[in-house]
Amino acid sequence: MKFTLKIWRQAGPQDLGKLETHSIDGISPHMSFLEMLDVLNERLIREGKEPVAFESDCREGICGACGLFINGRAHGPEEGITTCQLHMRSFKDGDVIYIEPWRAKAFPVIKDLIVDRSAFDRIMRSGGYISVNTGSAPEANSTPVPKEVAEEAFDAATCIGCGACVATCKNASAMLFVAAKVSHLALLPQGKVERKQRVARMLQTMDTEGFGACTNTGACEAECPKKISISHIARLNREHILSSLT
Amino acid sequence: MKLNSNIPEGPIEQKWSRRKFELKLVNPANKKKFHILVVGTGLAGASAAASLAELGYNVSVFCYQDSPRRAHSIAAQGGINAAKNYQNDGDSVWRLFYDTVKGGDFRAREANVYRLAELSVNIIDQCVAQGVPFARDYGGYLANRSFGGAQVSRTFYARGQTGQQLLLGAYGALNRQIDRGKVRCYPRHEMLDLVVVDGRAKGIVARDLVSGRIRTFAGHAVVLATGGYGNVYYLSTNAMGSNCTAAWRSYKRGACFGNPCFTQIHPTCIPVSGHYQSKLTLMSESLRNDGRVWVPLKKGDTRPPHQIPEEERDYFLERKYPSFGNLVPRDVAARSIKEVCDEGRGVGHTGLAVYLDFAQAIQEQGREAIEQKYGNLFEMYEKITATDPYKEPMQIYPAVHYTMGGLWVDYNLMTTVEGLFALGECNFSDHGANRLGASALMQGLADGYFIIPYTIGGYLAQLGMKPVEENHPAFEDAKKSVEKQLEKLLSIRGEKPVDEIHRQLGKIMWDQVGMARSKEGLEKAIEEIQKLREEFWHNVRLPGQKDQLNLELEKAGRVADFLELGELIAIDALHREESCGGHFRVEHQTEEGEAKRNDEKFAYVAAWEYQGKDKKPKLHKEKLEFEYVELAQRSYK
Ligand SMILES: Cc1cc2nc3c(=O)[nH]c(=O)nc-3n(C[C@H](O)[C@H](O)[C@H](O)COP(=O)(O)OP(=O)(O)OC[C@H]3O[C@@H](n4cnc5c(N)ncnc54)[C@H](O)[C@@H]3O)c2cc1C
Ligand code: SF4
Ligand code: FES
Repeated sequence: MKFTLKIWRQAGPQDLGKLETHSIDGISPHMSFLEMLDVLNERLIREGKEPVAFESDCREGICGACGLFINGRAHGPEEGITTCQLHMRSFKDGDVIYIEPWRAKAFPVIKDLIVDRSAFDRIMRSGGYISVNTGSAPEANSTPVPKEVAEEAFDAATCIGCGACVATCKNASAMLFVAAKVSHLALLPQGKVERKQRVARMLQTMDTEGFGACTNTGACEAECPKKISISHIARLNREHILSSLT
Repeated sequence: MKLNSNIPEGPIEQKWSRRKFELKLVNPANKKKFHILVVGTGLAGASAAASLAELGYNVSVFCYQDSPRRAHSIAAQGGINAAKNYQNDGDSVWRLFYDTVKGGDFRAREANVYRLAELSVNIIDQCVAQGVPFARDYGGYLANRSFGGAQVSRTFYARGQTGQQLLLGAYGALNRQIDRGKVRCYPRHEMLDLVVVDGRAKGIVARDLVSGRIRTFAGHAVVLATGGYGNVYYLSTNAMGSNCTAAWRSYKRGACFGNPCFTQIHPTCIPVSGHYQSKLTLMSESLRNDGRVWVPLKKGDTRPPHQIPEEERDYFLERKYPSFGNLVPRDVAARSIKEVCDEGRGVGHTGLAVYLDFAQAIQEQGREAIEQKYGNLFEMYEKITATDPYKEPMQIYPAVHYTMGGLWVDYNLMTTVEGLFALGECNFSDHGANRLGASALMQGLADGYFIIPYTIGGYLAQLGMKPVEENHPAFEDAKKSVEKQLEKLLSIRGEKPVDEIHRQLGKIMWDQVGMARSKEGLEKAIEEIQKLREEFWHNVRLPGQKDQLNLELEKAGRVADFLELGELIAIDALHREESCGGHFRVEHQTEEGEAKRNDEKFAYVAAWEYQGKDKKPKLHKEKLEFEYVELAQRSYK
């Protein structure tokens, strides 16, 4: 297969950046999207040019490191997958493909397609955990958790922190990301103790990090590779109301 | 140098309690005067850093990813073992200990393995308290599944994302300590050297991967939890960035490397599809609970699977190993798969695949039950191969997955460099020559949550309170040598991209140092690796500079180390004139083609000591005593 690639190149955070055009040929439909970029990079290196900087690690949809805006969509045209799980068979021979980084004020570009998502870590540090010291845990089966509750908590907990929700949201809100964690922990008996402070602190950090407000458009849910449901945002809102009642 | 495994006296059930009592304690008020560097934020590193900070130590933690949450542990799928015996099916600490020693083909240290089994139960308690959403049954109690090499059901799981959920638990614990100011976190920092002062580990050199700045960090002790070295084979199930650099550079500073040739090839991975392939994807071992492995009876049978009638199929694992069936340990399964493919009975367009078939399970239990158990794995398979495993059997083939070998550590998890500890996959300790499924997560967390917090205290207490020595010239020396290496790499300006050389190395390793090893092949591999290394240092081509984000430069440093480690693996494999676990020497097999150990000569850990560039490393032997599990030929028939 053959493609024309329009790739965002930006030397550093201060650089203005621009789209650069490359054509690429001899691509197998079974190749993953990132393998296609590997092929391009090997060629650029041989030609003495700078390869395109992009991030990936697990290449199986779980670490959340990869994340490209492809033809105007986070993680590309397919649903329920990360960029590393996208294959070239999802494109037509001869397609023009636009490849850009996540764009959000809270995610500044570091280089080319790599952005700084450390704001997510700072949100998580603001109480996105259960405070239990090593060694002080009770016997695991002492608190049964209804299967449906455990399953729902699990669904929320599968968020991989990729940032596609933010990149997709017109307000660059991190609400789905925050809601996933709040919901996961609020559902479980172990997480209930700290639920009030947790939601308040996490939301506050979300604001100070420069993420926008949620206006319930639901775009995040549609592009989330883990299909995290916006019903978790509703739970977050309930938790938030609860936290302001004393 | 003399190896001292430092195993406590007394009966095996009491060894760990005894050690905890023997270890000197650091006064609670003094803990804040110590600074510990933890490299790695996977299960082992994150759990260690959090637990040490909870105790009051100051901790700095490093990882090469942009966030600690992305460490490779996140990818673990199937589950984590623990001897809870919730199923009432005869499990016990003793049985988990026994299974692990036997599964490791009698090449692990009994005392360590017993402690691991003992601590396994605490891990589950800890993780549940952190909010890890393990699978539960309808009564709300924790559910279990079975894994290879065991006849009890002791594996706890969170669908096919157990590693993710456990890591997020540990990441939460770590975040809590960062929030409290007890841990400083350095993501996008890669450790490139160890600083040793008067024989003790006192710091590290790391490169800030964004600015390219080389920095030194000083501490009272250094803990490595940097994962395994499977990527020496280029293609593996490991993450793209998984590397041996921290461990290897510590080896060059005096830490012995234990059993490097004990590498694990996982039987069930998605087969290679083309030369451009960048990594391989595991299909969790848990699938062998319900999936049946088969190939056509006849050679060269190209009919699609559903057209091959039952009587013309060979369910070879069930046939060869009736009592364990599809759940034989990984090394046994992987070799059997290779064997049938070598006979020409492999399937798929390359002939290098076998079927993993769920038809019977779906018929018996219904599609929904199978979906509940393996839904995300089936999805993952379909996304990669574009075929639906609910309708057509999966095609699978073995791939490099895990490394049992690693830095040699004593019972306290300290390497041969004082003050340098190694945890998780980066040490050699508990799995002998073959790791059982769902035991790596268990080991990483046991090391990090429950062992290092005690043993490091013992070390620090006898070290005494002295300020860190960041002005010692050893720091500047190490920093200079790192800078020199980076400059050298960038100055070569040859022809070949790093990946091309890495692929070449991978091919040598897979062909000669993979599932079947021979004297001739290993000797050839050593020669070829040396040549390739030579070529690398004259002909690698790197773009860019060192004082900027430069992904190729990062890779080049890692591949430079793999090119040395690969040779050590081959040397170790050549010296071990026996077959055991994942190490299969064709010269040493039983009549039925099973691994044949030589306990008289090789019941020891091979710990290799670096002797200098291009010099043959020195072999030290730690003799293994089996007092509790009787040395026997493994049998899964
Ligand atoms: C696909 C897959 C599935 C698996 N499934 C299971 C399973 O179901 N059950 C099971 O028990 N085991 C499983 N395993 C094995 C298990 O996941 C690993 O052995 C284990 O997670 C390793 O944990 P770790 O903490 O030792 O290292 P890792 O999780 O690999 O973490 C290494 C850390 O070190 C850091 N690091 C590495 N080098 C450097 C450096 N030079 N400088 C700075 N930081 C560095 C990394 O950034 C990372 O934070 C699986 C493995 C794979 C590949
Ligand atoms: S909620 Fe979904 S899109 Fe957002 S970070 Fe998590 S996984 Fe990614
Ligand atoms: S590289 Fe890990 S999710 Fe894509």
